[in-house]
Amino acid sequence: RDDGTSLLSVYRHLVHEVSHHDFAKLEERDLPVAHPELTFGVADHYAPTRGALQEADPSIARMIQTLATNAERHGIRFFGLGDPQRGIVHVMGPEQGLTLPGLLIVCGDSHTSTHGAFGSIGFGIGATEVAHVLATQTVWQRRPKSMRIRVDGRLGPGVGAKDIALGWIARLGADGARGHAIEYAGPAVRGLSMEGRLTLCNLSIEGGARFGMVAPDATTLAYVQGRPFAPKGAAFDAAAEAWSTLTSDTDAAFDREESIEAGEIAPVVTWGTSPEDAAPITATVPDPARADPSRAQRMRAALDYRALSPGRPLEGTPIDQVFIGSCTNARIEDLRLAAAVLSGRRARVPGIVSPGSGLVKAQAEAEGLDRIFTDAGLDWVEAGCSMCVGMNGDRVAPGKRCASTTNRNFRGRQGPGARTHLMSPAMAAAAAVTGALTDVRPMLVGRAA
Amino acid sequence: MSGWTHAAGPAVALPLENIDTDQLIPARFMSAPRKEGYGRFLLHDLRWRQDGQAQDIPTLDGAEILVSGRNFGCGSSREAAVYALVDHGIRAVLAPSFGDIFAGNAVNNGLLPAQIEDALAERLMTRCPARIAIDIDARSLSFEGETHPFTLEATWAEKLINGWDDIDLTAQHNDTIAAAADARRREQPWVWPAAPEQDLRTTGRGARG
Ligand code: SF4
Repeated sequence: RDDGTSLLSVYRHLVHEVSHHDFAKLEERDLPVAHPELTFGVADHYAPTRGALQEADPSIARMIQTLATNAERHGIRFFGLGDPQRGIVHVMGPEQGLTLPGLLIVCGDSHTSTHGAFGSIGFGIGATEVAHVLATQTVWQRRPKSMRIRVDGRLGPGVGAKDIALGWIARLGADGARGHAIEYAGPAVRGLSMEGRLTLCNLSIEGGARFGMVAPDATTLAYVQGRPFAPKGAAFDAAAEAWSTLTSDTDAAFDREESIEAGEIAPVVTWGTSPEDAAPITATVPDPARADPSRAQRMRAALDYRALSPGRPLEGTPIDQVFIGSCTNARIEDLRLAAAVLSGRRARVPGIVSPGSGLVKAQAEAEGLDRIFTDAGLDWVEAGCSMCVGMNGDRVAPGKRCASTTNRNFRGRQGPGARTHLMSPAMAAAAAVTGALTDVRPMLVGRAA
Repeated sequence: MSGWTHAAGPAVALPLENIDTDQLIPARFMSAPRKEGYGRFLLHDLRWRQDGQAQDIPTLDGAEILVSGRNFGCGSSREAAVYALVDHGIRAVLAPSFGDIFAGNAVNNGLLPAQIEDALAERLMTRCPARIAIDIDARSLSFEGETHPFTLEATWAEKLINGWDDIDLTAQHNDTIAAAADARRREQPWVWPAAPEQDLRTTGRGARG
């Protein structure tokens, strides 16, 4: 259309239980799903992490059953409870080879930006749009502005993708990249594993970006090859050739450029109620009296909600529990990092470790990570969104402070009155050990991580 | 959905930034069927304390227009946030910026996300509760005899004014869509998911990278 909106074909559409409104819209109009073979369903948001579905709250069981019924009626492959390939949609999509470079991927979930780690275009859509994709396999989109975030140099030990992401969001603001597509580039990004890139792209939305991506390279190809739904044999070679062209020209002009020095990044934690309220663990709680007046009011409200006093060091802030999980940080590498910190140590506070998928769970158990977590005193549970959003009943109690590897420290996100501190899996593990916000770096000395 | 161009009604200020969709509707209410109405869930945990007591924020009763700070509707893509606003009787939100997904969802449900200057937002918030009149066609709002512009994309204005629905709009392009899919299938057949073999692979390989 001449106003800059285009109709784009969608090549992977992922649906989860929260999409019940969307199927209802389709039914109202008596429309079929246009391309069930490009549509995949998964139970994650409401998935119980402990005990059988029959024991779960009836409204939760109903949500999962509704999706199963809709998937069956429309001929959609459904990864249900008990399916070992099931997991959080943004963990299992890549893991199953559903996410491929160059594809347009949508899902009724804002963290669909995760899939950009493969050089795919992935973005979240609302219910009306989901219904539209189901009916037409297309989506209307305005062309976003472009932004490149370069991360130069090398990350220090104990510092990872989560710290890069929270760092740039703190610098630019939670709407700093609004309307933009971000390309992450530079040696420190190239040096990240697929897991790290997924974490980085996952958090794009928290800085307001439409989507985030990393150009595919050898790391990407090695990850994709051999995945269940990925192309095989000659088809893979043809695909790989097409993917190798998916890089920005070196002289490409971006509407905005930002650069970050990796060596300067320290582990980051959040102190407020927006992901932009983030600071290095070595910093102090910011003082609204010294902020510009437009921000001061929000800062005061955030600090009040979090019950934190300005000026005191972030390190040493006591916490009540930890959560290691979510589509941001529940992949195998995240669990290995947390385990490297927890190995041979005890947690002082209770906590949950929820792997991102059934396959991550199996892999972690094969490596003995589950025992490290349980020996430390943490609960090792099933895969799902769990305490990231609390839909399945895993919630942080009112007023409790949680060190969490998730993506949103919004008021009440993890439960009414919950006080969330976002951080990396290594930092969450460190917090578990000391019962307070802690710089993980000294705890990693002499350990393989 | 029926379209609209003009509206005038009571406006309430919500003088906060980054009102995310988790606050607009906490996740625990989202399993409810829509027909029961989502208005009662709007800003639930901001409006009510755990013990059911009302909290100290401006009453939303009777409000048709909401004025708020930057990055309104950021966060989760849940369209239920829009349902909660619409079912509560809100027709327009005025703010300096919106979460992208929220704004799209709003338009799909006849709710106007009108982007206004920071200074105007500040001023309106100090005047609320007030009566504000909106003209989508002219992209303007008026209150107390003053008129100010707001920003809204042309496509969105058209959709709101005409009450258009994307599925109908897209149906006009069916042939082009099919042709594009055919071309892609010919040139890049690997785009379609391969049939998985029955070996479940693990996730560990090369992951230490
Ligand atoms: S883990 Fe959290 S952020 Fe990710 S998809 Fe689930 S609810 Fe959304």
